[in-house]
Amino acid sequence: MHIEIDEISKQFGTTAALHPVSLAIPSGALVALLGPSGSGKTTLLRILGGLEFPTSGRVLFDGQDATGLSVQQRRAGFVFQSYALFRHMTVFDNIAYGLNARPSATRPQKAEIARRVTKLLDLIQLPDIGSRYPSQLSGGQRQRVALARALAIEPRMLLLDEPFGALDAKVRKELRQGLRDIHDTTGLTTVFVTHDQDEAMELADLVVVMSMGKIEQIGKPQDIRARPATPFVREFIGA
Amino acid sequence: MSDATFRPATDETPLARRALIALAVTGLSVLVLAPLVAVFVEALRDGIGAALQSLSHKDAWAAIKLTVTIAAISVPLNAAFGIAAAWFITKFDFRGKAFLITLIDLPFSVSPVVAGLCIVLTFGANSAIGAWLVDQGYPIVFAMPGIVLATMFVTFPFVARELIPVMIEQGRAEEEAALTLGAGGWRVFWTVTLPNIRWALLYGVLLCNARAMGEFGAVAVVSGKIRGQTATIPTTIEMLYQEYLSVAAFTLAAVLALLALVTLLLKTLLELRHADQLAATHRH
Ligand SMILES: Nc1ncnc2c1ncn2[C@@H]1O[C@H](COP(=O)(O)OP(=O)(O)O)[C@@H](O)[C@H]1O
Ligand SMILES: [Mg+2]
Repeated sequence: MHIEIDEISKQFGTTAALHPVSLAIPSGALVALLGPSGSGKTTLLRILGGLEFPTSGRVLFDGQDATGLSVQQRRAGFVFQSYALFRHMTVFDNIAYGLNARPSATRPQKAEIARRVTKLLDLIQLPDIGSRYPSQLSGGQRQRVALARALAIEPRMLLLDEPFGALDAKVRKELRQGLRDIHDTTGLTTVFVTHDQDEAMELADLVVVMSMGKIEQIGKPQDIRARPATPFVREFIGA
Repeated sequence: MSDATFRPATDETPLARRALIALAVTGLSVLVLAPLVAVFVEALRDGIGAALQSLSHKDAWAAIKLTVTIAAISVPLNAAFGIAAAWFITKFDFRGKAFLITLIDLPFSVSPVVAGLCIVLTFGANSAIGAWLVDQGYPIVFAMPGIVLATMFVTFPFVARELIPVMIEQGRAEEEAALTLGAGGWRVFWTVTLPNIRWALLYGVLLCNARAMGEFGAVAVVSGKIRGQTATIPTTIEMLYQEYLSVAAFTLAAVLALLALVTLLLKTLLELRHADQLAATHRH
């Protein structure tokens, strides 16, 4: 799905989290929102997912105004920074949650739900953990379960907030490839937030560098490396 | 562990440990256990027959029924209000939040007698609302509704106070995740919020219940302590005691203590049965 962000701003009381920013994300792209802490990345991602509403500006999905759509109507697969797995449910029930939450007219049969959950567990390469609880998983496993849970609703896009932030360096590297693979198999327009420029450069098709609620530069990784648009970008990517 | 130079920083020396344990056991015995035993001893002074006989008196029986009814009405209502208040405070940002939290704690800092007097002033026959209600045949003061109001006022903070810290610690992320997965507000509450707070809710409800059954001051003012009609267990105990009917008074006191012990037992049993879930819901 093609996403367009049109002059979006967000004000929290007196703090301006986002000055009007505009950005077009082509369908099927893997995009990184890169910037230091407090630069407005999470706020922008939450506005896309419908968890936060902009003070001004519009969000367009495939050319249609989606600004007023509720979080449920957006159908965005969202992976939270701390994963936010349902702690009292098994991995299986976590992944099945979105399917069970559908109105009965569109809710799949029990057997069909089980089949889809099994398929997703295979996709994240953790076929045997369905009966475990989140507290019994490693950080990397939790991240993949969160990803499977987001994919289960057949989302229109995938939004990930610092998906590798809570992991150690080795697992990080592995899961980067995992996200790339899942993006390539599903073809979903994917936006992820990171403050790690290596991660953004290695993984994304398009990198959006942000600072203090503004977009500093939008470009392919190699272009940003070769031609940083502002002194901030030059310093931040250490070019 | 026997090598004192390498003992963990959080360990006490054996002597200090024994002293602390002795202190705890003594305190517990003197302050909690001894009075509890004394109540039962006094109740059974003339034998179990006399104790049971005093219970079968119609006023005693009426008091027990009234107290259980009051608790059965006010505890669920306070649980619902407590959940609503805690939900509102922890899941939304708004101005005046700190003030609302203070307001919830108000019943703890106001003497129950004062609370009872406030209800009498507001709903008594001398006030406009009270007079009108009496005319309609629904008196509040010296009747069941007043006792329910007084009990609810005094026990209001228990549930909300148990829930607020737990809900703050758990944050909003799980609820938000459920929303992004397509769930509506009610579904999120029943499938995510409530299961995550159920243990805190249980503690809150048990504390609320214990206090609701034991409340004396506010209820004494509001109820008028009419025997067989508006006298609860605690107010009846006091009246019996004033009349030197100590077997009857202590037997009723023993019943109240037993009701409290049953709730405690229930809580412990639930904890034992669901220990694994308790651990799982507490933290990742
Ligand atoms: N719910 C909120 N209430 C008030 N201020 C907020 C809220 N969320 C974010 N902010 C502020 O908005 C700015 C951007 O935050 P955020 O989008 O979380 O940045 P990032 O994800 O890049 O670290 C920060 O100054 C932050 O303090
Ligand atoms: Mg952030």
